[in-house]
Amino acid sequence: MFKKILIANRGEIAVRIIRACREMGIATVAVYSDVDRAALHVRKSDEAYPIGPAPAAESYLRMDKILDVAKRCGAEAIHPGYGFLSENAKFAQACADAGVKFIGPTPHSMKLMGSKTRARQQMEKAGVPFVPGTSRGLDSPEEGERVAERVGYPVMLKAAAGGGGKGMRLVHSQQELRSALESAQSEAQRSFGDSEVYIEKAIVNPRHIEMQVLADEHGNTIWLGERECSIQRRHQKVLEEAPSPIVDPDMRRRMGEIAVKVAQAANYTNAGTVEFLVDEQKNFYFLEMNTRLQVEHPVTELTTGLDLVHLQIHIAAGEKLPFAQADVTIRGHAIECRIYAEDPDNNYFPSPGKITVLLQPSGPGIRRDSGMYEGWNVPMDYDPLLAKLIGYGTDRHQAIMRLERALYEYFVAGIKTNISLFLRILGDADFQAGKLDTGYLDRLLAKANPAVASLAPKPEIKAMESIAAIAAGMFAVLDPASSISKNGGGSTDSSKAPTVGSSWKRQGRSEGLR
Amino acid sequence: MIYEIIVGGKTGGKIHRLELAKAAGGWECLLDGRTVNIDAIIPRRDVLSLLVDGHSYEIKREQTSADLHLWVGSARFAVEMRDPRSLRSRQKPAGDEKGPMKVLAPMPGRVVRLLVAENSEVELGQGIVVVEAMKMQNEIKSPKKGLVKKLSASPGAAVNPGDVLAIVE
Repeated sequence: MFKKILIANRGEIAVRIIRACREMGIATVAVYSDVDRAALHVRKSDEAYPIGPAPAAESYLRMDKILDVAKRCGAEAIHPGYGFLSENAKFAQACADAGVKFIGPTPHSMKLMGSKTRARQQMEKAGVPFVPGTSRGLDSPEEGERVAERVGYPVMLKAAAGGGGKGMRLVHSQQELRSALESAQSEAQRSFGDSEVYIEKAIVNPRHIEMQVLADEHGNTIWLGERECSIQRRHQKVLEEAPSPIVDPDMRRRMGEIAVKVAQAANYTNAGTVEFLVDEQKNFYFLEMNTRLQVEHPVTELTTGLDLVHLQIHIAAGEKLPFAQADVTIRGHAIECRIYAEDPDNNYFPSPGKITVLLQPSGPGIRRDSGMYEGWNVPMDYDPLLAKLIGYGTDRHQAIMRLERALYEYFVAGIKTNISLFLRILGDADFQAGKLDTGYLDRLLAKANPAVASLAPKPEIKAMESIAAIAAGMFAVLDPASSISKNGGGSTDSSKAPTVGSSWKRQGRSEGLR
Repeated sequence: MIYEIIVGGKTGGKIHRLELAKAAGGWECLLDGRTVNIDAIIPRRDVLSLLVDGHSYEIKREQTSADLHLWVGSARFAVEMRDPRSLRSRQKPAGDEKGPMKVLAPMPGRVVRLLVAENSEVELGQGIVVVEAMKMQNEIKSPKKGLVKKLSASPGAAVNPGDVLAIVE
């Protein structure tokens, strides 16, 4: 087993990996950028070294600097977390060349899965169902028209090297195809330096369901159940759960077996995730494979009772999987809320800044993977994910109620977070009925943002309104230092700096002067 | 102390009149003309423990330079306070402001590009500059229809919340 592991990441995932290492008696090495000196992962690690300025390209993405730290401090392995270098085959290769174990798949598997067309070709050979279309880039608009005619409109154009919605176009009819193809190709060229674009049938209102797999380096590959990830916005997942409300044991087994086939076709090792699109008839199609630990891995950990990071490290150390497929059982239900530094009152704009107050939930069935603490300044340079709140229960209903209770206890002040969004989702009838697809969250957000976000029944909210009014007054009289009237001004001149003196007087003056 | 308190947002929110006076051993509270028996303490910053006729409430205050929200249990209310003596603190409808208005940075970030030039005409809600923070690009929009008098933002510059990006008249 390794004695020392370097974590090439930051935020909650770096903290989560440090915890696993500590549990296994492995020393940890953190790396950090100039703005992350005070970050939690630096505080919690055994060793920590600076790797450059705030921009990720100059720090967390610098393979040379990270490998240099690994060599100097004697780390035997590197855990890349998710994002940053986690799916970079060049980095995995550089680690191998430097004699440091990369905790993840081989560069070969990563490269194969990194190109969507190459992955499709490989999966076609292995007999994996995928969305009808081409497995190669389109040579001409005419070819695109022929394929679209065969699979039927609407169709989706996708960049082979794509990700994050770039180089992607939904085409409803033949008339739109030619110009959509041209713009998708030029966008793919600009974004990825590769203009290859392929075509596939567009699945209307799909669900996004993924299957966790684990493979050791001795040819054993198993599946650990699915995660429902349909609640997304701007191609970013917001809430995930396991199991999916629509997957029954038979469908789970079929998806799991296909996922194992996918992994084996790529000679895959370590933890990975096979993503599927699922249509309204519950047909599922291979979409892509994520060659890393996922953000949402805790819901699988809670429903299987396994620790995926422990297992990743054991596998990377050359050990065999300690159990077989038949030993894996799915028990209970888990739901994860991604707590982002985003302003729900301002179109979910990012909201970095200092956390002045932090009250954190705990208690039965609650897991919190967090990278924040009270007094910490959330930097503006990285992804807005602050923490993950995961609720676990005997069944879906109990998991929902536990999460609601935990959200009741959760409180972050100083910056805005999307905590209130989860109350809207958890309280929504469609969510409770499990009626989800990838358009769900946009539809929910298109409804007017209620001034009150709550699961409570209407009459109770009415009574709470009076309580809120009294509380506002009591805060003002008991804590006059924090100016109460900062918010009372005009709707646009919204950022008056707090000053001392009588707020009312100041308010009157500033309004009078306008 | 007399406050006018709007609970539930600028549009459709209800206005409450609250009178608070120090009394022996606590506070006298009159809400919309009704006497309410209350006891309140602040156990820690931005948290209020409020007892109303024996019912216990924990209220959390989420205050930024832009707005105020109070959590009563798991319900989150937009709250606005006014001094009833100040007529000028009445809210004016957005986009109908007279005179020059500042366009402010709502969050710390970096200016990516300008979407309009100085002295150009803009509509209410038209994007003026793009500010990037946390890997997301955000369009900062015009608060009114008018002329861009001054454009103080420049591409590449770091901005802090409250910084003036432009002035629209």
